[in-house]
Amino acid sequence: MGLKKILDNLKPTFSEGGKLSAFGSLYDAMETFFYVPNETAKVRGAHIHDAIDSKRTIFFVVIALIPSILFGMYNIGLQHYDKIGEESTLLCCFLYGLAVILPKIVVSYAVGLGIEVAIAQWKKEEVHEGFFVTGILIPLIVPVNCPLWIIALATAFAVVFAKEVFGGTGMNVFNPALVTRAFLFFAYPTMMSGDKVWVNGNYMDCINGAPVDGVSAATPLGQLAAGEPVTASPMETIIGTIPGSIGETSVIAILIGAFILIWANIASWKIILSTFAGGALMAYLLPYEGAQNFEWWEQLTVGGFCFGAVFMATDPVTSPRTEGGKWIFGFLIGAMAIIIRVLNPGYPEGMMLAILLMNIFAPLFDYCFVQSNINKRAKRAAK
Amino acid sequence: MANVIKLKKGLDINLKGKATAKISAANASEVYGLIPDAFWGMKPKVVVKEGDDVKAGDALFVNKLHPEMKFVSPVAGKVMLVERGERRKVLSVQVEAAADQQYVDFGKKQVNSLNAEQVKAALLESGLFGFIIQRPYAVVANPDDMPKAIFVSAFSDMPLAADVNIALNGKEADFQTGIDALAKIAKVYLGVKAGSIVENTKNATVTEFRGKCPAGNVGVQINNVCPINKGEVVWTLAAEEVAMIGGLFNEGKVNFTRTIAVAGSEIKEPQYKQVLIGAKIGDIIAGNVCSDKKVRLIDGNPLTGVKTDENSFLLAHSTEITAIPEGDDRDELFGWIAPRFNEYSTSRSYFTWLQPKSKEYVLDARVKGGHRHMICSGEYDSVFPMDIYPEQLVKAIIAGDIDRMEALGIYEVAPEDFAVAEFVDSSKVELQRIVREGLDMLRKENE
Repeated sequence: MGLKKILDNLKPTFSEGGKLSAFGSLYDAMETFFYVPNETAKVRGAHIHDAIDSKRTIFFVVIALIPSILFGMYNIGLQHYDKIGEESTLLCCFLYGLAVILPKIVVSYAVGLGIEVAIAQWKKEEVHEGFFVTGILIPLIVPVNCPLWIIALATAFAVVFAKEVFGGTGMNVFNPALVTRAFLFFAYPTMMSGDKVWVNGNYMDCINGAPVDGVSAATPLGQLAAGEPVTASPMETIIGTIPGSIGETSVIAILIGAFILIWANIASWKIILSTFAGGALMAYLLPYEGAQNFEWWEQLTVGGFCFGAVFMATDPVTSPRTEGGKWIFGFLIGAMAIIIRVLNPGYPEGMMLAILLMNIFAPLFDYCFVQSNINKRAKRAAK
Repeated sequence: MANVIKLKKGLDINLKGKATAKISAANASEVYGLIPDAFWGMKPKVVVKEGDDVKAGDALFVNKLHPEMKFVSPVAGKVMLVERGERRKVLSVQVEAAADQQYVDFGKKQVNSLNAEQVKAALLESGLFGFIIQRPYAVVANPDDMPKAIFVSAFSDMPLAADVNIALNGKEADFQTGIDALAKIAKVYLGVKAGSIVENTKNATVTEFRGKCPAGNVGVQINNVCPINKGEVVWTLAAEEVAMIGGLFNEGKVNFTRTIAVAGSEIKEPQYKQVLIGAKIGDIIAGNVCSDKKVRLIDGNPLTGVKTDENSFLLAHSTEITAIPEGDDRDELFGWIAPRFNEYSTSRSYFTWLQPKSKEYVLDARVKGGHRHMICSGEYDSVFPMDIYPEQLVKAIIAGDIDRMEALGIYEVAPEDFAVAEFVDSSKVELQRIVREGLDMLRKENE
């Protein structure tokens, strides 16, 4: 095959001692992107292997995100034209959204993958594909009007300090995408408070970092925090035609993604289910004081709750490794997210902080279950 | 009626080329070779010189630490070569078979009249003791130990593995004698599956196991029947080797003939062959291997076996020879997204779940992915039917944390118990190698 020949011909150039050996990791990444590695099993050990690998796992997460991405694009346009009072077609909304989100995706991938490739080269390792998910999650959870240079800065921070310092994909303690958002949240609080979203203005100015001239639209969570009546109907919050971060508004699109992830056995249904259970229980017990026009269960449909439960909490690396730990982890995320929302007016959205907090506790949950196994064994021996 | 234990976790991999019940004798080899590496954890001391004449049953090498433990020639003939590798490591001791096969006479014995020491002595002398594997460490047993129990698994459910019912057919009496002899040393537990020809064995606690692979692994059976605690030793033996022990006492000689499966997608006529331990692989598979592509020959099954070649010799514990495509010339495009209908996967991101369960797969020897840190959780656990946290144990081994390895139950496992987990692992971690290294590390530390 032609492509294979080209890659094979290029191999010596990129190998140790070749002219372009400094880009060896990039070459490896390209080669394994095109072709399944032909490496065969060693003399001892399993000679056959399941066809699943981390590349396919990771790309299935990206596939599961596609409904949210597509809806997010449409919704950006919808909110924009709605606010400026113009009639628009579905295609118009969609194209407008594409123009907004595409630069963000490009910047996030370029910065993140650039750093990953450079570090892989430095450590003489293969490039790990984990960032393909992180890189698409980042544009989906930042506000629509977030300037590109801030995204670049936050992405770089997350990749270096949340992931690579721990040893790369599989070794990180915190979900890197959420660390990006947390960085923005604390470093640029005016951009990120989560109560308002810019829906108008010339987004293209963002590239130059120019101030966005627009009208802000309050998200349902912002209205709740301010004690105002929620204007969005439950139907709108479920379909997702409300202001909010790009990926998080449509419950339906997120649930399609959840179905794909659970079906392909990539995300743990236990975490998703227990997050919703914890959130529902806490929302029922702890309603917003004086909230008008808002049922307790609608808590689960607004803000980043669904998106976090399905795509963030289920990150296998930063969630517990034991099955029992997953139940507790999810439940506490759900409960904690609602507590932060309701009790802390400074943070209208609690999902991000709840997940990051539970990321810290994940090893503790595992510890409890593993330790009980250890104790059982020790007790047996002592008999 | 045997106790029944049902195991939920596990995975049966349906591979193409299972051996049919046809049994024939393999071509006799001119040269037989005994490979010391098959007896893991033993340091060989060669006790013959090239040119010596030996009978079947004469020692070729002994265990350096326990010289009374002999490893004997499977055939009569002339010692042709003591093959050595780096640092003079003994790779094999090769014997040119004589036309007239003479056996060392160990004398027929009534097992009932023997005590434990006499049984041990007979096994050590006849070369059969070396087949006993002990846990902890999954190495050749130490004759000075008094084991808590002896476990025998009378079935293997590894892909393409030989059917023990076929291998033991006609040897039931020897098998019973072997169990009787072992019962003199310690309590014997026998694990069987439904329909086993030895399920009515006396003098042993018989447990029937129902479940998927690796339910046939003796380690899984131990963990579910009578788990090993720190400080305890358990011995394990394969069913055919128990029959060899019985043969020793019933006939007064050792017959190292096995009925092994010759199986796999690259074998033209998968079938059973009667063959002596140490026979040349090429003679066993002669003319029966497809030649249109690069083939990987495995001494053992594709999950736990050792890569071999036509010029090598059948390892002592092997119950099958399998052949699968090597696959290193496949160059599959866009594996991360292409549907790949012919690939087998436990993940629903492939279409294995759409195929009928009876579909047989041709799997090649590719690792099929890059090596990563452990990313997905619960993969090992889903195919690991033991009360052990496999992932945490493997991490403790990688970290070299001996206390934690002990606490997490490393004494109870052997590399083979991790074989199915290694198969399903999407991060392609070499679990069996890591567990082997952990066991060896721990053994060195404790001795």
